[in-house]
Parts: sequence; C-alpha cells; structure tokens
Amino acid sequence: MSAQIKRRKLPKLNARLSIGLTIVILLTVSSLILPFFTSVNPAAQGTYLKNLPPSPKHPLGTNALGQDIFWYLVFSVRNSLLLGVAVSIGITAISTFLGLSAGFIGGWYERIVVVFMDTFITIPVLPVLIVLGAIVRGNTSFVVVAAILIVFGWAWNARTVRSMALSLREREFINMARFSGAGALAIIAREIFPYVYAYMVVNFINTILFAINTEAALAVIGLSNVVVPTLGSIIFWALNYNAIMIGQPLWIIAPIVTTVLLFLGLFLTSTGYNELFAERRGVA
Amino acid sequence: MKLAQYIVQRVFAYFLVLFVGITITFFLPRLMPGDPINNYISQVQARAGQSLSAEAVQQLRDSLAELYGLQGNLFTQYINYLKRVVRLDFGPSFTYYPEPVSEILLESMPWTAGLLLTTTLLSWLIGNGIGLIAGYYNKRRAAAVLEFIGIVLYPIPYYILALVVILILAYWLGLFPLSPTFLPGPISWNKVVSILYNSFLPALTLVLAGFGWNVLSMKALAIATKEDSYVQFARLKGTTDRTRMVNYVFRNAMLPQITALVLSLGFIFNGALQTEIIFSYPGLGMTMRAAAGAGDYNLLYGSIVITILSVATAALVLDLIYPLFDPRIRLGR
Repeated sequence: MSAQIKRRKLPKLNARLSIGLTIVILLTVSSLILPFFTSVNPAAQGTYLKNLPPSPKHPLGTNALGQDIFWYLVFSVRNSLLLGVAVSIGITAISTFLGLSAGFIGGWYERIVVVFMDTFITIPVLPVLIVLGAIVRGNTSFVVVAAILIVFGWAWNARTVRSMALSLREREFINMARFSGAGALAIIAREIFPYVYAYMVVNFINTILFAINTEAALAVIGLSNVVVPTLGSIIFWALNYNAIMIGQPLWIIAPIVTTVLLFLGLFLTSTGYNELFAERRGVA
Repeated sequence: MKLAQYIVQRVFAYFLVLFVGITITFFLPRLMPGDPINNYISQVQARAGQSLSAEAVQQLRDSLAELYGLQGNLFTQYINYLKRVVRLDFGPSFTYYPEPVSEILLESMPWTAGLLLTTTLLSWLIGNGIGLIAGYYNKRRAAAVLEFIGIVLYPIPYYILALVVILILAYWLGLFPLSPTFLPGPISWNKVVSILYNSFLPALTLVLAGFGWNVLSMKALAIATKEDSYVQFARLKGTTDRTRMVNYVFRNAMLPQITALVLSLGFIFNGALQTEIIFSYPGLGMTMRAAAGAGDYNLLYGSIVITILSVATAALVLDLIYPLFDPRIRLGR
C-alpha cells in the first residue's frame, strides 16, 4: 500500500487539528466541570415538572420523565467520554503488547495471535453484546460493558501495530541498535516507541470513537445499562417516549447534535494529528 | 501455483476463524453472571403466580436444560454445541415455540442479506467513484467540497444517521413512512414496489454511512497513485484523462479498498443491525432485538452463529475474487 507512505501534505490540515481539538476540549472540559455546579441527580425521575419548554432555568426544557434535558446531556457526555477513554486505555495496552510481541517474536506465537486477531476482526461486536446483554438482563454494569468492548475491540489496533512492527523489524536503525548491544526492551523503548507513538495517539482517539459509538448503539436499542446517562441512553428514552410527537424535539435533537459534534471533533483531531506528524517526519 | 496456495490459505483461515469465533461465543456467555434457565423460570413463575410446585419447577429445569443443550459437563456441552452448529440446528425458539430457530432465521436472513448486499455495493461504488474523481482532480474546488462532505459523514454513527434520515425524510417532509409496513402474501408487483419503497430509508442510511470512508480513503489513494511514474508515462503517451483515471489510477487504487472492505464487513454488519432495529425492518437485527427482549436464547445463539458465518463467508468470497483484480496473485508473481 504505497499510499500510506506517500501521504501528501494538505494545507488545511492544521485547521483540522485546531477545529477538532477545540470541539473536543470544549466538550470534555465543560462536561467534567459543569457537574460540580448542580446538586441534582440528572437521572432521578420526576425532579421537575414534565415536558417544560426551554427557559432560563431549563435551557433545553425538561423531558417526559421530569428530568432536565440539559443536565442529563452534560452527564451523558461525561459518562460516554469516561467510558471511551477507559476502554481505549485497555485496548491500546493490549493491542500494543500483542501487536509488537507478535511482530518481533514471530513463529508459532505470531501465528496464534494472528488467528485470534482475524477472528475478532471478523466477529461483529454488536450481536455478541446483544447476546451477553440478554443473559445478564439489566444487570449490565457499566464496567462489564467496558470489559466486553475491550475483549472485542483490541484486534483492529493490534493488526496495525503488528504490521508496523513487521516493517520496523527489518529497518537499519533497529539492526544498528541490536548490534550495539541494546536489549530487546531498550530497543522497544528507545527506538520503536518514538516511531510508533504517533500512530498510537491516532489509534487511541479512534478507539474512543469506537467505544462510545458501540455503547451508545447498544443503549439506543435498550440493551446497555440505560439507567446511566450516556449519549445512547438519552436517545433511548427520547425514542421510547416519542420525544417528537409529544412536542419535545430538543430531547432528541440535542443529543444528536452533541454526538455529531463530539465524533466530528474526535475524528478531526485524529486525522489532523496524523497529518501533522507525517509532516514533521518528513514523509509528507 | 501461487494462486492455488493463496486459495488454500484463505479457505483454511476461513475455517479457523469460524471455529475460533464459534468457540468464543460458546464460552464467553458462560463466564458471565446470570443463568438463562433461572431467568426463564422466574419469567414463567411470574406469569403463573405462585402456583408452580417445586417438582414442576425441577421438571421445567430439566427439560429446559435438554432443550438448551445444557446437560452434562462443559466439554460435552461444547461438543453437542459444535454438532448443532454443523447441522445448523439450534433447537426450537421459545417465543415462537415450536417453530425451529433455523426457520425463523431463514425468514429474516433474506431481508438482511438483500439490504446489506445492495447498500454495501452501492456505497462502495459511489463512494470510490466520487473519491476517485475528487482525488484525480484534487486541485479543483469541487474536490474540497466532496472531501468536506466525506469528513462530516464518516465519523457519524449509524444510529444517528438513521435518526436524522427518519426525522428529515419521514417526519418533517413526510416522504416515507415512519415505520415500514410490508404487504403480506405472495410476490406481486405491488409487493415488490412496497418492499423497495419501505426499504429506501434504511438503505439510504447504510449507503450514507459507508460513503464517507470510501470517499476519503479513495481520494488519498488516487492522489498518491496519480503521481506514480507509470501514470506519468501514460500521460506522455497521450492517453486521455479518463483512461488514466479509470484504467491506470483506479485499477491500482481499488486493491487496498477491496482489502479495507473485507476488514470492515463486521463493522458494516453491526451498522445494519442497528439500522434495522431503528427502522423496525424485519431482518436479522429485529429478530435479535426481539429475541433479546424475550430471553429467547436459542434464537439468539442461532442468530449469532449465522452472523459470524455470513460475515466470514462474505470475507472469504471477497478474498477469493480478489485475484481477479490483482494479477500479481493470479499470475503468481
């Protein structure tokens, strides 16, 4: 795939990074800080009158469950982001370890890892999550959802890391380090890590997207823990109570707009960072 | 020679992936807390009030264990499970008792397969076509506009696209029904029209979802490929832009795009399930959602095996026709 090496410099790329980062930082910081300014549990039902229109007190109105839509949304963004980051840390650790070790050790070990990689790439996560969700029936704790996402999400990243390891294995500077007597760990830490860390950042962000997306998809169809506010559960409740028909369109439009913004922001950050790094590396 | 080796490798990998995948789906639920039989019994008890005797419950437990293939130790269960998978016999469904799971799946599969095949093909062709043009003429302003559309569409999840499509086309503009109603009865012209009409929104969602990625990656590939020396040579030979774009740039740039499609089949399948559920489209996704809601584990297991089987098979088929596009494998160089 020659295209990957010949990544071209595009002038608007740093614009991508700055727009993306702005959106992501704004959403992250506000969703982390704002919860300190309310004493009300946004998921508690019947806190306010039902279906109030937007007002200074309730910027987005209240929903059919008597919850403030704005505050529910703030907590949703926070929970979804926390889940995404937690899953991404897990996946990055596992996939980096398996990918690098498979690429550098080779032999039977590599073959076995590759079979599992291919399998987990082939198996669609959502049906598995639906089955597991049905078995634990409503007791799906948030931690279990995160664990399953890690178990079924590592393969894609591990594949990228492995192919990187394969190409690095044959490079001159690795041989050079080896001949100068550096140990395997030292080589990985000093020679390989600086080379792969940019990809790891990009993968890390993309994995956050994957995790938030999958949990939300599961929640929208009612099979995650819909009691916890997330970007998916808010839509689940809005759909269940026919937000549009009962005249509270903001209940569903606000999370849609927020999700699109967040995903766009994360995506722009990851591609923008990728291009920035490509420029710095001089491959552009 | 090389081609034969390639095919044997792929087919071997296919069976290995199937085996490992089916094994994982057997063992993973057994690591989870919760017991399907207890769930089911408590459901039955709730419905029957407190009128069930302890013996009746025990009897129920035994027959359920037999029905689920939960007799004996883990190893015999596993062997029995594998046997059932090979015969594609998943026992009866609980919600539609005594209809066998395989028949229910046979009814819903054509819906999903039809929707997925059409939309995947369409979004691959349209997305790559547009990406190719945008990449080949990347200096034009229109290329930037196309790329912008790709960037905005690509990261949006399926369920959001589905909701936006419903809100705009069905709710505000009223062009399509909010949820599909398919005519019953034998195939007729009217029925075909109603199927196409009612499937349009889910199909549109899936095409849009796949579109962004194809545009973006094809554009990057086309930009890189058109600078290659053989394309420059073709230009100096005096070939037309169209010939170079299609026969020179696309011929090469499509190979990684086919590979990418193979790798993302699982992801596309996820999206199709979400979309079906949101649109109440009568495919595998709806079947799984209903089965999950009713605790119909035979049906769930059947669906997940069918899912793995179809995604792996689709990947195998694409892998096997890949040599048609890549002469390096076909001619063994």
